Amino acid sequence: MISEKTLGIIFSNMHDHMLSEITEPRTMGSVPLGGRYRLIDFVLSNMVNSGISDVGVITKSNYQSLIDHLGTGREWDLTRKRGGLSILPPFGHASAGIYRGRLEALSGVISFIHHSDAKYVLMADCDIVANIDFTEIYKTHIEKKADITIAYKRDTIGDDQTADSTVLRFDEHGMVNEVLIHPNNIQGEDNVYLNFCLISKELLEKEIHEGTSRNIYSFMKGVLQAKCNRLHIAGWEFKGYSKKVNSIRKYYRANMAMLDPEVRAELFPRERPIYTKVRDEVPAKYGLNAQAAGSMVADGAIIEGTLENSIVFRGAHIGKNAVVKNCIIMQDTVVSENVTLDHVITDKNVVIREGRTLVGYETYPLVISKNSIV
Amino acid sequence: MNIKKEWIAMLLAGGQGSRLYSLTRRLAKPAVPFGGKYRIIDFPLSNCVNSGIDTVGVLTQYQPLILNEYIGNGQPWDLDRINGGVFVLPPYQKSSGSDWYTGTANAIYQNIAFIERYDPEYVVILSGDHIYKMDYSKMLAYHKEKDADATIAVIKVPMEEASRFGIMNAYPDGKIYEFQEKPPEPKSDLASMGIYIFTWKKLKKYLEDDELDPISQKDFGKNIIPAMLDAGEKMFAYPFEGYWKDVGTIDSLWEANMDLLDPKVPLELYDPQWKIYARNPVMPPHYVSPSSSVQNSMITEGCFVEGLIDFSILFAGVTVEEGAVVRDSIVMPGTVIKKGAKVEYSIIAENCVIGENARIGARPEDIADKDTWGVTVLGESVEVAAGQVVPPKAMLESGPKEGKA
Repeated sequence: MISEKTLGIIFSNMHDHMLSEITEPRTMGSVPLGGRYRLIDFVLSNMVNSGISDVGVITKSNYQSLIDHLGTGREWDLTRKRGGLSILPPFGHASAGIYRGRLEALSGVISFIHHSDAKYVLMADCDIVANIDFTEIYKTHIEKKADITIAYKRDTIGDDQTADSTVLRFDEHGMVNEVLIHPNNIQGEDNVYLNFCLISKELLEKEIHEGTSRNIYSFMKGVLQAKCNRLHIAGWEFKGYSKKVNSIRKYYRANMAMLDPEVRAELFPRERPIYTKVRDEVPAKYGLNAQAAGSMVADGAIIEGTLENSIVFRGAHIGKNAVVKNCIIMQDTVVSENVTLDHVITDKNVVIREGRTLVGYETYPLVISKNSIV
Repeated sequence: MNIKKEWIAMLLAGGQGSRLYSLTRRLAKPAVPFGGKYRIIDFPLSNCVNSGIDTVGVLTQYQPLILNEYIGNGQPWDLDRINGGVFVLPPYQKSSGSDWYTGTANAIYQNIAFIERYDPEYVVILSGDHIYKMDYSKMLAYHKEKDADATIAVIKVPMEEASRFGIMNAYPDGKIYEFQEKPPEPKSDLASMGIYIFTWKKLKKYLEDDELDPISQKDFGKNIIPAMLDAGEKMFAYPFEGYWKDVGTIDSLWEANMDLLDPKVPLELYDPQWKIYARNPVMPPHYVSPSSSVQNSMITEGCFVEGLIDFSILFAGVTVEEGAVVRDSIVMPGTVIKKGAKVEYSIIAENCVIGENARIGARPEDIADKDTWGVTVLGESVEVAAGQVVPPKAMLESGPKEGKA
């Protein structure tokens, strides 16, 4: 538990464009994942499990599904009189327009930050699937007497992900002395920023005000990168399991990885549960000729056909003689009888009519958008 | 004083459920897990909310700890209300002394003050040991239409079984003229479901009168209903059609669970208009491994299945290892069934550990002497050693008194 009062701020719309097929009707934070979760569940639960009970979620666009998902924050135990969950839609003059970066977004909610009695602010995006104890970031922050402490992971960056990655370099004291945004030519493992950052509230407010007066809207460029040699920025290495979701391929892999028992054990330990919205579903039901192997199935699903290496969300229905392999079948999807699906991602409420065959490929899973009828 | 309510419900949840033996050693019958993610009390509580009742008193007495914790503030059933909601009502000390609830009627009598705080026109009396879905608002409409003082829900039972029930003999218009408690020769097949709607003013009077009667057993079926009939009050039988099952015995509990797997049984849980609410476990979706085989079963979140599951119900967080077989069984939350173990026709309570290659229960067809066959029951936290055989109909309990019941 973080011993000083800390305010959590979550940017729910960052990286939306990386997953355009799935974020078209929703925010990054409300992207469904792992049978019953949304991406924001991980970071929000991590915060709550680390003792943060005061969280603001900054939204930008398409945030209806996010509001529906979060509600009053009850499932995360964030329905509090002191603190709790606050959803922060864009705010400002009609002419102010939509924010362009984190710093500008923060300036829109400056009064929310100002009125908090927290000493620290933990800022996070929604693009990382991980179960992280943020207490560790806090410990590093105190130990290194840092102004800002940012979380990173030793990881390799594929060619297709440079557009959404930030790499950190450290000096001999382990303090950040270089921040490379969207770097090119990164070979092998490097220190990849996880988009979690702890900062004192006082310093954050100062940076927001400065950003406003100098028209700096990016926290990453204007603060982390520009001031990394003026401020004490410490790095905290996260060594556990994490997956960054910044492309459909990675989204697909992040889901499929959950079929690995070790990954599940790391993501869902009993003492740090991942909370999500409750749907009051019936247990999953398997029919007479059901065959399911190597799959994860959520409550409310009905399995009557064959299921292999797939993830089935709440309320989805796999009909008789249907064969579903390597698929992500989202909430309330209906896969009718005699359908064959391979490497397909069906978004919410999709209906696949009888006898259809759809095949994608591992590096290019076929995405069927929300409410479609095939 | 609260805002007046038209009706409130009182749910009798204090019963021990002694015929469930080791399953109710540490919890009251209404708290017994049912159907993969529910407890029995979820059914009447959800029925209340779905029927539009927003104030429910839950009368507890026997082993209330788990039940209290489970009900909590009532939020899972949408019963955390500003005016009303769910209240756990244990017996309490009064200036004149203190008493346990000595009967169902006495339990309500002792809570007259609670009921009066809402000044209701009607009070619904429910019990916490039946599995059914029922719209009490239709029953209330019937009660009003008949201008009744009491309405008792009845269900048709097979005539040959009628002598096991409280039988209501009624005229064709529904007016009850006679009540027979477990009659040797029943005159009708309309069994009382233990669901009553009373016009509160009337009921209050009969509760107060009954309390003064030294030989009364303070019971609705034995005392209040007969007294009201004798006095000529307007009492009507409300016919209910649909699924209704008393789960007071090991066999009936097992059967009612299995009914959920039978598409022919009219108890549809997949009903968005009439959801049964429960406190949800915070666990990931269940996982079935490539080595598993699952058919005709219900599996809840948090389960990890590597073995064979057929005609069974797995509650949250159950582990079934490779090569293990679970058939025709009910496995409650947190239990681990290790490699090669075989569980057949059994009810395994919470947090048990079944050792490798152990055998629990058996199918009736595999038993020579059918009279010795029955459902095997393991009580909460029982550990069965590797290779141990627990015969059909056996009942194991954890703790110092472990062994056959």
